[in-house]
Amino acid sequence: MVSTFETATEIRPFHVEIPEEALDDLRGRIAATRWPEKETVNDQTQGVQLATIQALVRYWSTHYDFRRFEARLNELPQFMTEIDGLDIHFIHVKSPHEDALPLIITHGWPGSVIEMLNVIGPLTDPTAHGGSAEDAFDVVIPSMPGYGFSERPATTGWDPIHIARAWIQLMKGLGYTRYVAQGGDWGAQITDVMGAEAPPGLLGIHSNMPGTVPPEVSKALATGGPAPTGLSDEESRAFEQLSFLYTKGIGYATEMNLRPQTLYGLADSPAALAAWMLDHDAQSYEDITAAFEGNAVGNLTRDEVLDNITMTWLTNTGISSGRLYWENTLGFFDVKGVSVPAAVSVFPRELYQAPRSWTEKAYPKLIYFNEVDQGNHFAAWQEPDLFTTELRAAFSSLRNGRSS
Amino acid sequence: MSATVETAVEVRPFQVEVSEEELADLLRRIAATRWPSKELVADRSQGVQLSTLQALAGYWSTDYDWRKAEARLNALPQFTTEIDGVDIHFIHVKSQHEDALPLIMTHGWPGSVIELLEAVGPVTDPTAHGGRAEDAFDLVLPSLPGYGFSGEPDDVGWDPGRIARAWAELMHRLGYTRYVAQGGDLGAAVTDAMGRQAPEGLLGIHMNLLVTTLGGGPTPDDSDEAHAALDALATFRATGFGYFLEQATRPQTIGYALLDSPVALAAWMLDHDTDSYQKITNAFVDGHPAGGLTRDHILDNITLYWLTGTGASAARAYWESGRATALAAGEAPPNVSVPVGFTTFADEIFRAPRSWVEGSYPNLMYFNEVDKGGHFAAWEEPDVFAKEVRAAFKSLR
Repeated sequence: MVSTFETATEIRPFHVEIPEEALDDLRGRIAATRWPEKETVNDQTQGVQLATIQALVRYWSTHYDFRRFEARLNELPQFMTEIDGLDIHFIHVKSPHEDALPLIITHGWPGSVIEMLNVIGPLTDPTAHGGSAEDAFDVVIPSMPGYGFSERPATTGWDPIHIARAWIQLMKGLGYTRYVAQGGDWGAQITDVMGAEAPPGLLGIHSNMPGTVPPEVSKALATGGPAPTGLSDEESRAFEQLSFLYTKGIGYATEMNLRPQTLYGLADSPAALAAWMLDHDAQSYEDITAAFEGNAVGNLTRDEVLDNITMTWLTNTGISSGRLYWENTLGFFDVKGVSVPAAVSVFPRELYQAPRSWTEKAYPKLIYFNEVDQGNHFAAWQEPDLFTTELRAAFSSLRNGRSS
Repeated sequence: MSATVETAVEVRPFQVEVSEEELADLLRRIAATRWPSKELVADRSQGVQLSTLQALAGYWSTDYDWRKAEARLNALPQFTTEIDGVDIHFIHVKSQHEDALPLIMTHGWPGSVIELLEAVGPVTDPTAHGGRAEDAFDLVLPSLPGYGFSGEPDDVGWDPGRIARAWAELMHRLGYTRYVAQGGDLGAAVTDAMGRQAPEGLLGIHMNLLVTTLGGGPTPDDSDEAHAALDALATFRATGFGYFLEQATRPQTIGYALLDSPVALAAWMLDHDTDSYQKITNAFVDGHPAGGLTRDHILDNITLYWLTGTGASAARAYWESGRATALAAGEAPPNVSVPVGFTTFADEIFRAPRSWVEGSYPNLMYFNEVDKGGHFAAWEEPDVFAKEVRAAFKSLR
């Protein structure tokens, strides 16, 4: 492992260095924002509300430290390595504990490695965070192609399958021969694909947005048809949640799936980018709105939200990150054929609550299933301690000496 | 009629006056555009291509002159009048010919009254444009609520049905007791609604988009042309629906880009349908416009949206339509009782076969297929369009 990792030509240390001019330009654009009139409703049913985005922009321009995300990233060991012709940025933090379990965590959209920063301490240094030495992980947190400081692909083909294969290469390049993988959102798709590819060394996966929807249910959702008969209460609830998502909550995903390039505002307008990134799902939007009203839910604070948006602005990756929707050919919530041991945590404010019945069918080697009582789509970001507890429990059976 | 129209409190003359500062701000923003990386494909399949939009921005900031558009608008009699709480802007051109038939024409999205300006001459002054005095219309071109110089509604409910009722009130206020209505795109939805409401005085309607079918209405017939139309509709729903869904569900979210970034607005407005996108791209990249879809005309329309700051409010019309559909809960609307004319333009999103139009409008008085012109028929082919409108309404004079 050591020999590969320390080959400087292959893996280069990386530091974020944002030129002052870029920050000045951002400040100038924020100050010059030209606003639309207020929405004509008193809720979020027409999209991101003017009061929310104006509160965000006000905080951005007056209180937010534009170098905050840079400082946070630069406190961590960051690297760049070329995989399949593309420079991949990743954070790599090793545990002080021996026998730590290597873990690759993948973020989603509209996220980035920023979502994962607060779980790094608890995962790599459990004894300082209420855990025991046997809970330790070495963590690898890559930026997906076109996201953050990873290179923007200049050719097509970087779909979740390609990314999953790149991650397998990355872990191999780092010399890890036994490791686990975790993800939510796109990270969950990529992690599922890794679990379906089942490369040597991948001991198991954990997902907080599992793909469990049976084919007949998926078909009914895609065609807007009625729910198949015979669903349990839990399954019916999941169907209703996904049905709402597909009819009312998927405009952003459809646009990025069909026409990511048309969203020029993501490159040219900070307010447009911020609004687009806030409008992911009703629950996280509600929590982020609360944050800008001064009532953050969990760790999803104003500064955290702006770290992510500011990094996306400064790397000009609004459109390149959206292209992943264009590339994708997998059903978001479909079963992906995972064959390795799999663990699932169900967060109560996730897009849908995966029923245990579907989860058991989707992941034949289900080693862990738990429904927790708080957390939205951005589980690691909003509830880092809970998320960490889940990962420790999920993977404990796969550690040395405790698995076959 | 004159007694009503000249009541100054109700119908006020209107002139477009844009300040130099607003134009300077626009130019500054275009010059300061921060571009994304180029799309990864060699066609429009990822959206508006960087080269198209950069050509547009280049022309916008160097050769384009908004003052010409302003002068074109101000050369026409324009008015505003408050209807149902919203100031409605409209152009009102009377024909010199007696017995001209009053006609209210409604634009769509991403259009405005700009798309109908080329048709004003042929429609109101037929003898100067290859027609006869008997073909003359008095023309009313309103700006939809939330579009152009009309006011932006601050309450919900401005769906096509409510707009249709406002148009009937407008025609009534102008003193017209016998008139016809025409529209494409959202204007077709409004015109269709007028036909269903059948206000007193409405003699008939003509449309150039079959909105009933777009919304999932009947598609009878097993002919080749019906199959081709079904395929075109399926393609649109599968690959061209992003802007539609976003505007129908989250207009405010996209609105921030449309208000703050001129190129974001331009790109969003260019990405309507494949045919018009290609024609507009040709106009900017190769300098080969299709008919009236010239660079200047395209930018007149985009600049109007920018200067009036109506990107979000215009998009909201889709949300309103969606809400109205949900409220109707599948209940069939009343039939159109007035006579209907319809023209299928060759390059429209789908070529509606006669059987489909008859299926939606049993009272079909006129149907024709023409061999050129796309979604923006009046804009692209004003002469063909005017001929169709003349022919469609001939029997109602």
